Amino acid sequence: MNPFTPSAATAATCGAEFRSVAANGGPPCSPVWLQQPYDDAMRLLKRRAFLHAGAFALGGAFLTSRLAFARTGTSKSRFVFIIMRGALDGLAAVPPYGDSDYAGLRRELALKAPGAPGGALPLNGFFGLHPSLGFLHDSYTARELVVFHAIASPYRERSHFDGQDVLENGSLQPHAVQTGWLNRALASLQTPRGKELGVALGQNFPLVMSGPASVTSWSPSKLATLDDDTLERITDLYAGDPLLASRLADALAADAIANGATDTEMNPTVPDVIANGTSDASMSSAVPHDVAHAAPQAASTNAQSDAAGDVQPNQLQRGKPMRYTEVARAAASFLRRDDGPQVAVFDTTGWDTHANEGSAEGQLAGRLAALDAGLRTLKDELGPAWADTAVLLATEFGRTAATNGTRGTDHGTATTAFLLGGAVQGGRVLADWPGLSSHALYQGRDLKPTADLRSVLKGVLSEHLLVASSSLESSVFPNSSEARPIKDLLRS
Amino acid sequence: MLERFSPAIAANRFGLGAKPGELAQIGSQPRDWLYAQLSGAAPLLTGPELHSSAETLARGLEVRRELRAAKRAAAEATSDSDDKANAVAAFMKIGQVYRPIYIAEATARLRQGVITDRPFVERLTYFWTNHFAVSVDKNLVLGLAGSLEREAIRPNVLGHFSDMLLAVERHPAMLLYLDNHLSVGPHSRAAGLLARRQGSQRRLGINENLARETLELHTLGVGGGYTQADVTTFAEVITGWSIGGDGYGRRFAGGKPGEFVFRPEIHEPGAKVVLGKRYTDTGYDQGVAVLRDLAAKPATAHFIATKLARHFIADDPPTRAVEHVANAFLSSNGHLPTVYRALVDSPDAWAQPLPKYKTPNDYVVSTFRGLQLPAEGGRASLAAFEVMGQRTYSPGSPAGWPDKSADWDGASALIKRIEWADAVGQRVGSRLDAKELAPQLLGDNLTPATRTAISRAASGAQAITLLLSSPEFMRR
Repeated sequence: MNPFTPSAATAATCGAEFRSVAANGGPPCSPVWLQQPYDDAMRLLKRRAFLHAGAFALGGAFLTSRLAFARTGTSKSRFVFIIMRGALDGLAAVPPYGDSDYAGLRRELALKAPGAPGGALPLNGFFGLHPSLGFLHDSYTARELVVFHAIASPYRERSHFDGQDVLENGSLQPHAVQTGWLNRALASLQTPRGKELGVALGQNFPLVMSGPASVTSWSPSKLATLDDDTLERITDLYAGDPLLASRLADALAADAIANGATDTEMNPTVPDVIANGTSDASMSSAVPHDVAHAAPQAASTNAQSDAAGDVQPNQLQRGKPMRYTEVARAAASFLRRDDGPQVAVFDTTGWDTHANEGSAEGQLAGRLAALDAGLRTLKDELGPAWADTAVLLATEFGRTAATNGTRGTDHGTATTAFLLGGAVQGGRVLADWPGLSSHALYQGRDLKPTADLRSVLKGVLSEHLLVASSSLESSVFPNSSEARPIKDLLRS
Repeated sequence: MLERFSPAIAANRFGLGAKPGELAQIGSQPRDWLYAQLSGAAPLLTGPELHSSAETLARGLEVRRELRAAKRAAAEATSDSDDKANAVAAFMKIGQVYRPIYIAEATARLRQGVITDRPFVERLTYFWTNHFAVSVDKNLVLGLAGSLEREAIRPNVLGHFSDMLLAVERHPAMLLYLDNHLSVGPHSRAAGLLARRQGSQRRLGINENLARETLELHTLGVGGGYTQADVTTFAEVITGWSIGGDGYGRRFAGGKPGEFVFRPEIHEPGAKVVLGKRYTDTGYDQGVAVLRDLAAKPATAHFIATKLARHFIADDPPTRAVEHVANAFLSSNGHLPTVYRALVDSPDAWAQPLPKYKTPNDYVVSTFRGLQLPAEGGRASLAAFEVMGQRTYSPGSPAGWPDKSADWDGASALIKRIEWADAVGQRVGSRLDAKELAPQLLGDNLTPATRTAISRAASGAQAITLLLSSPEFMRR
């Protein structure tokens, strides 16, 4: 292939030819077998039928998934934890425009006060929300959002990877514990044996959900052409391999749930999560553009414009707000079920804004808009279950108070976190504001942490998921006595 | 734990899975087969479809200029107009220039994995590319990630670590990915000029991204004994490490477009202390001196040895294996073939049962290689990596892809492998015989259960699916 052939044309040709030639088995664009029709409804339904019957009824020795979800006791509470990987700039997401040092530190990145063109959305007269966060602002007005500021995990270095480890492992040190606080919290709850309380959405499994409690993972499938017989044989082949056997059973059962099959009836339509496919590769699961028939050209443009910085005209961000809608929809399809899991976790990425961060518009603005749209979808799709839901968004640390030499910000310390949902007692900004004057900054460069993220986590886990405080202090957040739980974050 | 110098382990654990006939070729001395791959010049990857980073970047900078001009025109236009359409068209062009380059690079890489007779060297190449990770989800890197591997990793994979380190840190892909090309010393001539200009809101300064990740991810490792002050000072040391061309305004003009250039006018002047050692201001050489010293630190040797042992031996490698490799690193001044030999001659490297779960990349490459599938399909071939969650050159962060089994063995990742294996089976099942292939691919790792399942398969397609889904093909 000539590398300078515009690939849009190439891709379109492949896709189009595939549709007409595949039936003959010819290789128009070899190897086309990678482009098996994910939307081949007949085969899909055949597989669903197998899943349904196999996973819940046939009961062959290894076909019985141990995947069955549970809620604890009679609790209807749902909890979603969204990790913002890359270190969110809290001073951009929630600008303290009322702080007299803010505009000087941020210079061209500074957001203006509410009312000015491109200005922040008003919160409490001192803090605002980034103008891309319209849904969060609606939530604040509806008293369903608590904003935390100058908050941080106990981690005080500036490595993303160690910072995320501490954010997820719930201890004071990176790599001190190999399990996540959320999993340990679930493990402390009384659940029927073998029932799963949580689901991680996305291809790979985050540390925060790893541990003794049984949880599963799900991400959209695009090559669903397996027939019953092959699946049964593979299941048999895994009889001697406990890990693969349980993984396979989990995958099949999770698929069935995500795709809307229920214990009593098969969904007669192509499942919405799959039918909507995806045209964006932003979820960590790296979605297959070629396999889905979702406009390969538009999809790749989206994916690679992702960190485009200043090569990205603002008018081209249409469509980007879609980036988290699929995962939000999938999360809702698990959580809204009465017999679904209680907890869902997923990742968002791209917050590491070292250069050309932008202000009211630009790189970060586009990502915040995408996140905001995803959260709106989550609420819409949860329907009545939103009233029982709390969503927490957190990041590993913040960014430097001052703009750096490349119109971005470097790794910092304190930042923001958000708690929203119908179950949240919101309409509040909780911050013990340390100020931004040079002597107030942590190590002379970062927003100083005045609140411990674990205080929020403990408050939510105890009031919303009813995790016992003895568990919180021992297994969930060891050595955390100085981080007292924040009370009354949830509606009583 | 059983140790056994098995050809199947050599081909799977150190290579990219066996090609048909390869296990027989390895014979009874698998370690010698691996050692032999380490001698001679490193195999490079070239081809008419592969362009130098300078050439690619020069094109990118050109398009960027067009885009800037179009954006300015669009901003001045009062209503929807041709100017806005031009801005959109210019934006699309970046992708049109870079996407085919990316596809050509990733395809060439896959093809090399399928045909190479030195798969150990190829695996090591993948290892280092992941160690020095850039990610194509950053726009300009899309066209450059492949050239970073070809220009900085491959020529040095059988050389010295310090040479590879320097080649990577000054490569345009890395400078762009970690933002160093625009990092400006606050006391440099350029910063001084701008500060004197009235009304300029923008202040020039450093960007510490590359300096931090060089210390944390490329050399010492986190906890390797550096402080925030070392990060900041090292960032000052490498101010001026930039890219030629005028894509960044007049301040950054000069130099050959797309090539590494040292810009004295933005370099922070003066002697600097990094990790307790004073470096006089020798311009570009100041940064080289720091990198040379970093490459020789015991913390670096230990960090690299741990990563190599984790990659090739086990998620939590035995301390004695790590020490053995680290000692080889230190005593040879980072001579990489000596380091790799230490890895191969560690008894722990030959342990049974198979300790590691293949990464999606290695799963796909070993399938292509084992079945000798054509890697010529461009996007279609590459889609497999994406489906399974490891799109080529897109780890998403400078830390690279994770390297423990638990990072890859999730439920949803498994079903995607099986579904893809099924698609492969349906495609090739009528012409390939899994019964014949299984012993050639898996050797003495092939279990009776898999052999039986394959022999009883309902169709050729299903037999291939079962072979590719078997536990021993999932692991290495």
